[in-house]
Formats: sequence, structure tokens, C-alpha cells
Amino acid sequence: MSSAAETIAADFDAIDEPLETQMTLSMGPQHPSTHGVLRLDLRLDGELVVKAIPDIGYLHTGMEKLFEYKKYQQGIVITDRMDYLNPLGNNLAYVMAAEKLLQFEIPERAQVVRVLMCELQRIASHMVWLGTHCLDIGAMSVFFYCFRQREKILNLIEAASGGRMTPSYFRIGGLMMDLPAGFDRRVRQFMDDFPEAMDTFNTLVTGNRIWQSRTKDIGYISKEDAISWGLTGPCLRASGVDLDLRRDNPYTGYETYDFDIPVETGGDVWARFMVRMRELEESYKIVRQALERLKPGPIKADAPKVVLPDRDDMRKHMDSLIHHFLIVAEGFNVPPGEVYHAIEASKGELGVYMKSNGGPKPERVHFRGPSFVNLAALPVMSEGEMVADVVAIIGSLDIVLGEIDR
Amino acid sequence: MTEKLHEFVETLKSANPEWVGDVKDALGEVTVTVPREHIFAACEFLRDSLGFDMLADLCGGDRGPEEDPRFEVNYHLFSTTHHRRLRLKVLLSEDDPKVESVTPLWKTADWHERETYDLVGVVFENHPDLRRILLPSDFDGHALRKDYPLRGYEPYSMN
Repeated sequence: MSSAAETIAADFDAIDEPLETQMTLSMGPQHPSTHGVLRLDLRLDGELVVKAIPDIGYLHTGMEKLFEYKKYQQGIVITDRMDYLNPLGNNLAYVMAAEKLLQFEIPERAQVVRVLMCELQRIASHMVWLGTHCLDIGAMSVFFYCFRQREKILNLIEAASGGRMTPSYFRIGGLMMDLPAGFDRRVRQFMDDFPEAMDTFNTLVTGNRIWQSRTKDIGYISKEDAISWGLTGPCLRASGVDLDLRRDNPYTGYETYDFDIPVETGGDVWARFMVRMRELEESYKIVRQALERLKPGPIKADAPKVVLPDRDDMRKHMDSLIHHFLIVAEGFNVPPGEVYHAIEASKGELGVYMKSNGGPKPERVHFRGPSFVNLAALPVMSEGEMVADVVAIIGSLDIVLGEIDR
Repeated sequence: MTEKLHEFVETLKSANPEWVGDVKDALGEVTVTVPREHIFAACEFLRDSLGFDMLADLCGGDRGPEEDPRFEVNYHLFSTTHHRRLRLKVLLSEDDPKVESVTPLWKTADWHERETYDLVGVVFENHPDLRRILLPSDFDGHALRKDYPLRGYEPYSMN
């Protein structure tokens, strides 16, 4: 980690009179606008950023190593802690990779619930993005409106799974448990209020001239650069690439939902902002459709040796009790093979590479986090901009350090 | 489902048969094992001629100290035009875990390769700035190797 500073020091030696012209600013890791523990080494010429070097790893907890020592079902809990603003998305990517190895068919109701919960989570994640992005630039009040909406979604997630930020709601083969009674009514209640909140955001932020002047033509990245740097999600779509894995590599039945994919061509902070704002409306549409499709039915795949039995079954059937004991005590074997499964998380392509050698624990699990890849492109966007704009650019990338450092 | 991918592999083979080693089709995904001296050329061909313009992911893996070749590097290519995925795999021996960097082809490979070097210990030749990324620069060993203990050798201090 400290070697970035060494690199900069070496660069400095190359300049004849460093202090006359340029200085180095170490931004973070405790700086609030770096969204966690990101440190940036900025070389400045006056207020202009000449060179920016992100320095990460402060939150590294060795999750990929830990997966190799945990049974498949125990790994779900670890995924909650990666991108902690989008835990259900992480759960989904992980369980779908395992389901691909096991070649499971997931029942209709479980698929609909997965879509419903993931889109609610996407709205919650975008709420945090909008609130903190505005806070970074100086629009304090938006934060409170955003967190009010997010709180409602977290309450819904809590009602379904028991956890607010660490739900572990999706399990290999289906869901942890069915939705509680009256859940759809509560979601509808939230959905009825949400358009009004969107109006508030648009009044407070979108039409705000200060906001526009702080975001337009800042942090530009071209279409070719965006692809080369591997940007995904809203950051890529803001550079004019029409790509959304929900449509282009569909999973959990997304191909049957009717939604648009917002694309902007600006490639700047404003374009990324607009893409996410319009995405909120698309997620809203998907949640509405998922609610309509919510029909009673099984929520777990028919695989007694992998999926935990219902409590009631265990009281009545001895084989269910035995299966429960074996799954918890010894785990289940997954056929050998390797898969890469990617989903469209709120920040971009969340890919899971999972390799099994036939045992109850994976041989290798690798997470391709969208934040990790998007942050790598920060130097291209911020070099040539002002220091104050770096804060805006970080906000527009929507990074979560828990996922970057893993 | 994977016919088109096999077509791509055939095109790759006809361009240079040495590029393609073992081809595996499992679970709807196609894996091509590429000899390590050809990985750069194969990637360049796939990017320029077959539309795989994005490197979605690059990750290393340790198959275990008793295996030979011990290490592998997986390249998950993706296309923003035809939306297909192809996995390239390079196998590396324990004595010489070196492979050419694909950073000149995809800028995103920079951090992925640094991460792989940091955690697995694979050296990417011609990488512009190959140093540790997640672990501290004075960290001893490579944490994702199978013979590295889960809790490390000794408590690490940040001093």
C-alpha cells in the first residue's frame, strides 16, 4: 500500500524543482467523500490534478480465501459483507453460480421474489448513491430525503429476511423462507409514495443550476476508453454503450419483464447521474410488474439433499430430519466444474467465478466486483480536472470499498 | 447455445492452430486452454476480429501444491456487441509462473493482474506497474495459495 507513495516520491525526483510547481495531496483514507477507506495520491499543479493514483486494500479481509474454507451455504453470509449497499445482488450472483454448477431449476415464485427484492435493493442502493453524491458536492438536504426512502426499503427487507443490511435471503435452490403475510401490500404502499419522492429529488437536484454546473463536462470518459477500462453498469451506459446484462444475458426471468435501458452519450458526471436517475424509474416499473406476478407456489427447488427442508416437514418426516442434519453438519457435494456467472448489480457487472472439485467446499471463488473495475478508471476521468471535481467523480462512480477490497 | 462460441474457436484455430489447446464445453460455457506463449496473440485476435472487446474478468487460481501445472489464469472475455462470453485458460508451472500481460489490449487488465500477482503470485511480464494492490507492500507470501494458512503465519502489524 505504501508503495504508491514511493512511486510518487520517485516521480518527484524526476522533477527539477518539485515544490515550485507541483505538490502531492494524500486524500483519504479517512476522508468522508472517499466513501469508506479509499486513499488517493493526487499530484497537483495548483488546483489541477496532474496525476491520480488510487490506493486500496485498507478494508481487505481475505474473503476469497475464506470461501475456500466454508461450505457452499456458509459462503452466502460472506457475500452480504462485500457490497453492503447491495447485499441481495451479491447473494443472487453467488447462489446462481452454485445453482449453475448443480444445474438446478428454480421455481417460478422464487424467481419473481428474487427479481422483486433485487430491484428494491437497487433502488435502496441508488438512494445511498444519490444522497452521498449530493452530500459530497455540498447539497446536504437531499441526503435526508434519500435515507428516508432507503429506510422504508430496509424495513421491507427486514420483514422478509430478518436482516436489514445482511439479509442472506437467497439460498442455493431458492429462498430462505417465503415472504411474510401482507408483504405485497407493504411494497405497494412504498411504491405509491415513491413517485412523489422522485419529484422531490428532481426538484432539489436535477433542475438545480449549481448541481448542473458542478457535474456537466466533468470527469469525461469516452466510449472506447470505457470499454477498454471494463466499465459496466451505469458508468458504461453513460458513455453511450447500450449494455445491460438483465437484457443481454438474462437471468431469473428478466427477459420477460418490460423495461427500458437508459443510455446517455455525455460520458461525464452528469450523464452518469441521469442514467441512475432514470434507472430508478425503470426499477420502479419492474417492481410493479413483479408484484403482479406474485402467485403462491413453491419457493425452493426440489432437491432434498441440497435445500434445507421446512420446519414442519422435519417434525413429521424422518428423512427430512436426516437431510437437514447432513446438510448442516457435512454440507452437500457440488459436481466438479467451473462457472462464471454475471448479474447486473446496482453498480455494474457483478461476476462470480466459482470452481468446484466435487466436495462440499468450493475450490476457488472469485468476485469480479463492479466497484473494483470502475475505480481503476478514476485516474483517466480525474486527470486534468480540479481537486474539488475529483470528489464529484468519485461520487459518480458509486463505489463501495467493501467490494473493492473484499 | 454454444454453437456460435465453437464457431469462434474454429476461427481462432484456423488463424493459428497453435493458439488453441484443449477446448471444453460444460454448463453452457466454453473454456479454451491457450499455451502461455500465445495468450497475447490469441487475445488480440479475439478482440480485433471476433468482437470480444471487453475483458470482463481476469483471475488466478492455485490448483494445489501437488498439481502440475500448479497455477491457472482465467480470462473471461465478453463482447459488448454480440454479448457472448468466452473463457481462456492459461496453465502455469510452479517453477515459472510467468505469463505475458494483456494490459496493452485492455486497460482494465492492470488491476486484475496486480490482484492476481498479489494473491496468487503469478508474474505478468510487461505489466507497467506490477506491485501489490490489496495487501501491504511488505507482505510475505501470496495469500490465496493453497499452502498459505488461513490465519497467516503470524499476526500482521501495520507498523
